Amino acid sequence: MGASQLVRLATAGSVDDGKSTLIGRLLFDSKTVFTDQLEAIERTSRARGEAYPNLALLTDGLRAEREQGITIDVAHRYFATPQRKFIIADTPGHVQYTRNMVTGASTADLALILIDARKGVLEQSRRHAFLASLLGIPHLVLCVNKMDLVGWSRERFEEIREDFRRFAMKLQVHDLTFIPMSALHGDNVVHRGAGMPWYEGTSLLHHLEQVHVASDRNLIDARFPVQYVIREHSRDFRGYAGTVAGGVFKPGDEVTVLPSGFTTTVRAIWGPGGTTITEAFASQAVTIELADDLDLGRGDLICRPGNRPHTGRDVDAMVCWFSEHHALTPGASYVVRHTTRETKAEIRDLDYRLDVTTLHRDETAKALSLNEIGRIRLRARQPLLFDSYRRNRSTGGFLLVDEHSGATVAAGMITGPSVTASNVVWHTAAVSRTERATRGLTVWLTGLSASGKSSVAVELERRLVGSGRPAYLLDGDNLRHGLNGNLGFSPADRAENVRRVAEVAKLFADAGVVSVVSLISPYRADRELARAAHEAAGLPFLEVFVDTPLEVCEDRDPKGMYAKARAGEISGFTGVDAPYEQPENPDLVLRPENGDPASMAALILATLE
Amino acid sequence: MASPAYELTHLEALEAEAVHIFREVAATFERPVLLFSGGKDSMVMLHVAAKAFWPSPPPFPVMHVDTGHNFDEVIEFRDRTVGTYGLRLVVSSVQDDIDAGRVVEDPKAGRNRLQTAALLRGIREHSFDAVFGGARRDEEKARAKERVFSFRDEFGQWDPRNQRPELWDLYNGRHRKGEHIRVFPLSNWTELDIWQYIEAEGVDLPSIYYSHRRAVVQRDGMLLAHTRFLTLGEDESPYEATVRFRTVGDATCTGCVESTATSPGEVVAEVAVSRLTERGATRADDRISEAGMEDRKKEGYF
Repeated sequence: MGASQLVRLATAGSVDDGKSTLIGRLLFDSKTVFTDQLEAIERTSRARGEAYPNLALLTDGLRAEREQGITIDVAHRYFATPQRKFIIADTPGHVQYTRNMVTGASTADLALILIDARKGVLEQSRRHAFLASLLGIPHLVLCVNKMDLVGWSRERFEEIREDFRRFAMKLQVHDLTFIPMSALHGDNVVHRGAGMPWYEGTSLLHHLEQVHVASDRNLIDARFPVQYVIREHSRDFRGYAGTVAGGVFKPGDEVTVLPSGFTTTVRAIWGPGGTTITEAFASQAVTIELADDLDLGRGDLICRPGNRPHTGRDVDAMVCWFSEHHALTPGASYVVRHTTRETKAEIRDLDYRLDVTTLHRDETAKALSLNEIGRIRLRARQPLLFDSYRRNRSTGGFLLVDEHSGATVAAGMITGPSVTASNVVWHTAAVSRTERATRGLTVWLTGLSASGKSSVAVELERRLVGSGRPAYLLDGDNLRHGLNGNLGFSPADRAENVRRVAEVAKLFADAGVVSVVSLISPYRADRELARAAHEAAGLPFLEVFVDTPLEVCEDRDPKGMYAKARAGEISGFTGVDAPYEQPENPDLVLRPENGDPASMAALILATLE
Repeated sequence: MASPAYELTHLEALEAEAVHIFREVAATFERPVLLFSGGKDSMVMLHVAAKAFWPSPPPFPVMHVDTGHNFDEVIEFRDRTVGTYGLRLVVSSVQDDIDAGRVVEDPKAGRNRLQTAALLRGIREHSFDAVFGGARRDEEKARAKERVFSFRDEFGQWDPRNQRPELWDLYNGRHRKGEHIRVFPLSNWTELDIWQYIEAEGVDLPSIYYSHRRAVVQRDGMLLAHTRFLTLGEDESPYEATVRFRTVGDATCTGCVESTATSPGEVVAEVAVSRLTERGATRADDRISEAGMEDRKKEGYF
């Protein structure tokens, strides 16, 4: 079928930042606006006495929107270039419609946030950037609009860029791009404009065509929520229909069915209409036949035996509250829609309400009203089969529905199982971090086997200790002898390996020690969790990518592992028959041309200072 | 192992999304129905629905809201297709409403607007709780505001200012008795996607979608087919032209375009360079006012 790729965008920005004009411009300059639509907006613009055809009229589709000149609800727009098809969710900027912004942005690959160059970074810009990061949108583009009204000023653009960067550092944003533009005149939207010769980047459309969105799905943790059971008696067929929510499934795979826990194998996988599927991956709609006759139905989940989601009734989650009629209060019960499962749940506690502009946590809050965001603890009547939202949007997101009105009252993003539900309590220490003699942090070296991580790490530890700073090397190989001796090399075991090392590093850093971690840690998502764990604890985390080419690593091969992997004696070896996902935004990259381990360690030390 | 090669093309992604929506409705509603006119969007819906439930047939009937002003080719195609797919067809007819005096026909206005009453009556008489429609968000700016699951009250009304937030692929189909949900599996498809899919999947369509000779009349900048339902004005005279239709609907207000495209591939080429929307070019009823569609949707139109 048609070979272009589908990319989903969400736009956000304050009222009057020119979002609708920008979209109008994208559609217009990419020749997606049709003659009859253009004639209609020219007629209306003339009737209103406007000098230019008002491109915003292309998207503001409701009578009330045109009358008030603002966007009330999400509109979806479509345009295409030869490489990609784009779906734009044009979301409202007005504070009272935050829920609609969340609606439009939940499936986006990329968010466009508009800023009026005259006004700079406003409360709404911060709010929307935070929402984009909360929703896990991997790519953010800051469109600094109306540059024509600030005399195309480079200084103004850079000022806004720095202002926003400072705010974004507090968020989970990994890919951030800034483009100065004038949506009204079209500069840097589809074509480069003449007004800003100092700008060396690409136009917005060019960026949208190039940005790499393919790897943003979770292709590691195999998850298949059963949506519908198809039985065809004449063929003795029983298939489990659904959409793959994570990872990859193949015929012959050993699988576990939750919540029953039975293990069986995949007999066959069928695409829509009965096409044969050899590998079903995240976002595909398929039908799975199992080897054994098990009793499973909608709401159950198929996964791999060694890589299961959390199963539990108590979850912690961030929620965005949608209801104007009622506030969220502890004790209230709602229907939870999570994957294909529906059950009732009670709000057990409101941990805090978040001020999304300052990111301040108000722990004294007793309720959440319309458009407010906070962290709650939820107890479901039936167990949920879930992952954290940061790891998987499909198995980590849920809705709360009011049983009586039928209204969707909240969107939730699971942060993890509720620890307070068990008997584990967090002991607060008597010594605070500021009372310790030194400040700790974690330097995380990632790269292929034999890339030189350990040599650099050894050198770094030596220099730190030599300068009087407490430091300790956590070497992946050494840890596998003790702490992680029971783990193998499957993606799930590697994830657990990284998780444990990250937790240990965090404890060291909390104690005031610099932990130097040397670990292949091949999966981006695992490393991001390590970073998140540190950030959540307020500890600095430096990701250093030792970018030595595979050929060089294979040539070195000090332990003979590559030779064994190539000979087929070991499998699942990173770089040979298992993937290595490069960091997208490492804090530092080290390459062979940076010199010997001592010089590289010096580069890290310089970054630390 | 995981690699960036695990990627769907845009048509595969759109199909997967539509399949998911069909299955979601089948799993959570008691009495769904698929609106079926025999037009290209309803044919693509039926094709995707058949694929979604393979090897079983789609677990719901289809309903035609019949204005009585049909192209003969389309009715013949409708009946043949229902047989091929092994479906039950329900017809809710505007003529019945006119005969019973429930609606009054304005000979100048066409019957499209009267469809709303027949649609709501059909839904009520059969207690349908989910109604699949082939509407796409690229068709019209009020449609661009529509959710995939669109809540309708007991009068079938749409309240654009109070829509349920819709996140991820989680859809809220809660409703009480008498209320229903309109479901739009093709929301994110464009006219070009539809034609590319028809070409790629070999979807069968009524012959009037492809170039043919027929008698036509020029009216208000549109080409209308000269059928037995059309009353000619004094200054109107029919002539022969080589045309095809971009949409099918009520024969008195669905225009055709001059075209020599005789296959899906040739239509794709034509649609790709067209500078007119399908509705702008061929639907008289959309020209009434800027909020024409919004107003009709609020009344219960799909």
